Amino acid sequence: MKGVLMVIRFLIEKEFKQMMRTRVLPVVFVMLPLFVLFLMPKAATQEVKNLKVCVVDNDHSPLSARLVHKLSASTYFVLTETCPSYREALHCMEAGRADFIVEISPGFERELVAEGGSRVLVSVNGVNGVKAALGSSYLSQILTGYAAELWEEEGLLASRPVLAGLDVCPRYLFNAGLDYTVFMVPGLMAMLLVLVVGFLPALNIVGEKERGTIEQINVTPVGRFDFILSKLVPYWCVGLFILFYAMLLARVFYGLVPAGSVGLLLLFATLFILVVSCLGLIVSNYSDTMQQAALVMFFFLVIFILMSGLLTPVSSMPAWAKAVTYLNPLRYFIEALRMLYLKGSSFLELLPQFVALSLYAVVVWTWAIVSYKKNR
Amino acid sequence: MKDKYVIEAEGLTKQFGAFTATDHISFRVHEGEIFGFLGANGAGKTTAMRMLCGLSRPSAGWATVAGYDVCRQAEDVKKHIGYMSQKFALYDDLTVFENLRLFGGIYGMSAKTIREKAERLLGELGLAAERDALVASLPLGWKQKLAFSLSIFHDPKIVFLDEPTGGVDPITRRQFWELIYRASDRGITVFVTTHYMDEAEYCDRVSIMVDGKIEALDTPANLKRDFGVATMYDVFLALARRAKRTSD
Repeated sequence: MKGVLMVIRFLIEKEFKQMMRTRVLPVVFVMLPLFVLFLMPKAATQEVKNLKVCVVDNDHSPLSARLVHKLSASTYFVLTETCPSYREALHCMEAGRADFIVEISPGFERELVAEGGSRVLVSVNGVNGVKAALGSSYLSQILTGYAAELWEEEGLLASRPVLAGLDVCPRYLFNAGLDYTVFMVPGLMAMLLVLVVGFLPALNIVGEKERGTIEQINVTPVGRFDFILSKLVPYWCVGLFILFYAMLLARVFYGLVPAGSVGLLLLFATLFILVVSCLGLIVSNYSDTMQQAALVMFFFLVIFILMSGLLTPVSSMPAWAKAVTYLNPLRYFIEALRMLYLKGSSFLELLPQFVALSLYAVVVWTWAIVSYKKNR
Repeated sequence: MKDKYVIEAEGLTKQFGAFTATDHISFRVHEGEIFGFLGANGAGKTTAMRMLCGLSRPSAGWATVAGYDVCRQAEDVKKHIGYMSQKFALYDDLTVFENLRLFGGIYGMSAKTIREKAERLLGELGLAAERDALVASLPLGWKQKLAFSLSIFHDPKIVFLDEPTGGVDPITRRQFWELIYRASDRGITVFVTTHYMDEAEYCDRVSIMVDGKIEALDTPANLKRDFGVATMYDVFLALARRAKRTSD
C-alpha cells in the first residue's frame, strides 16, 4: 500500500509541474472566471430595457403631451421619434428606429373629459418575441397607471380603469428583487467548471499520445487506476480553486453569498468535477489526435450547456428534451448550486441531485480507467 | 550461463487487418547477451519488439520475457524490462532530474534512492550540469543517452532499444555503444534494433528479418562465413534483396 501511494505521489507531482509550465493555463485559471462573472450577467440579461418608442400624437393636447412625457420618463422606453402620421411611424419601425408605435387618436383629451375614456393604438414589432411581450406589458402598465392617475386627480374618468376589488400583490421568495444576476451567477460558476475541467483533460492523454510520451509510461508497470487518478487530482484542485475564486468574485461584484452550507457546495463541486474530468479523459482515451478530442469535447460541452437549464428553464422544455436533460450532469449541478446559493437547501432536499451525480461519477470513473489501454 | 533464456518466442505473429507485420517468428535470447535485431524498414522489427514489451497483443503464437507470458502477464513483464522507443519519449517539459525522478518513482524506488542514483548516473554521463535543465533544451545525442540511461535506471533484466542511435553522429554513437557494453557488463540483456551494420558487428548474435520473417540468426562471424562475405553489410544486402515489401 505504501508503495502504491509513493507511485501516485510521483505521478501527481509530474502532472502539476506540466500544468504549471504550460504558460497559458495559470493565466486562464485567473482571467476566465473574472471575465465570465463580470461580463456575462450584464450582457446575457433577459431584462428588457431601452425599448425604442415612436409616438404619433394626433391630438396635441395637454393630456396627450403628459402621456408622452410619462412614456419617455420610464427606464424601459426611449422615445426615439415623434412622427406626424402612422405611415411615417411604420417607416421608422422598418428602418429599425422603433420597436413600438403609440398612436394617440385625435380628440383624445376631449373624449377623456366628455366620455371618461379614450383609445390609444399600440403597434409592436414582433420579431423578438420576448422583447415584444415584455414591452407590451410594460407599456400597458404605464397606460393604466396614467389612467388611474387621471381618475384620482381629476375624476375625469367615469370608472376606475383597473379591475377593482382584486389587487394582486406578489411576494417573491428566495430572490426578492427577481434579480437576474442572482439566478445567473451560480449557473455561470458551473459553466466555468465545465469549460476548464472538462476541456483540459480531453486534451491531456491524447497530447501524450501525440508526443509519444505515453509509450514510455505504457511500458512501465504503472497501474491504470493510479495513472487515471494522477490525471484527475490536478483538475480537482484547479476546479475547486476556480469555484472558490468565483464565489469570491460573486461576493465582490454582486454581494452574493451562498444561503446554504459551503461544505455541501464543496461536496457537490467535488463530485461534479470528477464527473466532467472523467468524461474529458474518456474522450481523450478514444481519440488519436488533440484536434479530434477538442472537437468531440466541444460537441458535448455545447449540448451540456444548452440542455442544462443554465439559459432556459428545464421545466418549459418539451418532454423529449426534458428526458435528455436527465443524462446531463451539468443539469444536476446547476440545480444544486442554485438551490444552495438562493434557497439554502439542506442535504436531504438535494438528495436526488447527489444520487444522480454519484451514480454518474461511478460510471464515468470506471469507464475512464477501463478505456485507458496499456496494450492493444 | 549461456543456456538460460530470458526471451523465448514461438510463432509470434501480429496482423493488422490483412497485413501480417510479424509472421510466425521464433527465437531465443540468452541471459546477458547483446542481441541485434536487424531488418529493413517495414520488416516488422518494431512490431515484434512492441509485442515483447507488452505494448502490443500478439495475434498468434506466444512469447515469454523474463519468465512471464507477454499475453497474460504483460504487467509482470513490464516490471523487469526497460524500453527505449524509436521516437524520443521522455517528457520535454520536465527537467533531466524530474524525468529520472518520475520513472524511478513509477518503478517503486524511494526518493532518496532516486536522488543518489541520479547524481551518480548524471556524473557518469557528463550531464551533471544539465541536471535541472529542461529536456527540450538538450541536443539530440544527449537526449538519446539520457533516454537509454533512463531505460536501465531501475536495473531491469532486459532492455529493449529500438534504433537507439538513429540520427546521431559517429562519435556519440561510439559513446552510446560503450554505455550498452557497460549495461551488459552489469548483467542486463540487451535487445537492440539498428540499421548500422558496424553496430551489428558489436552484437553477440544477430537476427535478420525480411518481410516479417526471421531469415537468419547467428553470431556475426558465423553469418559472414555462411554467406561467404567479408562484412555484415554484405550479409544484410544479400538477405534484404529478397524482400518483396517496399520499405516505408
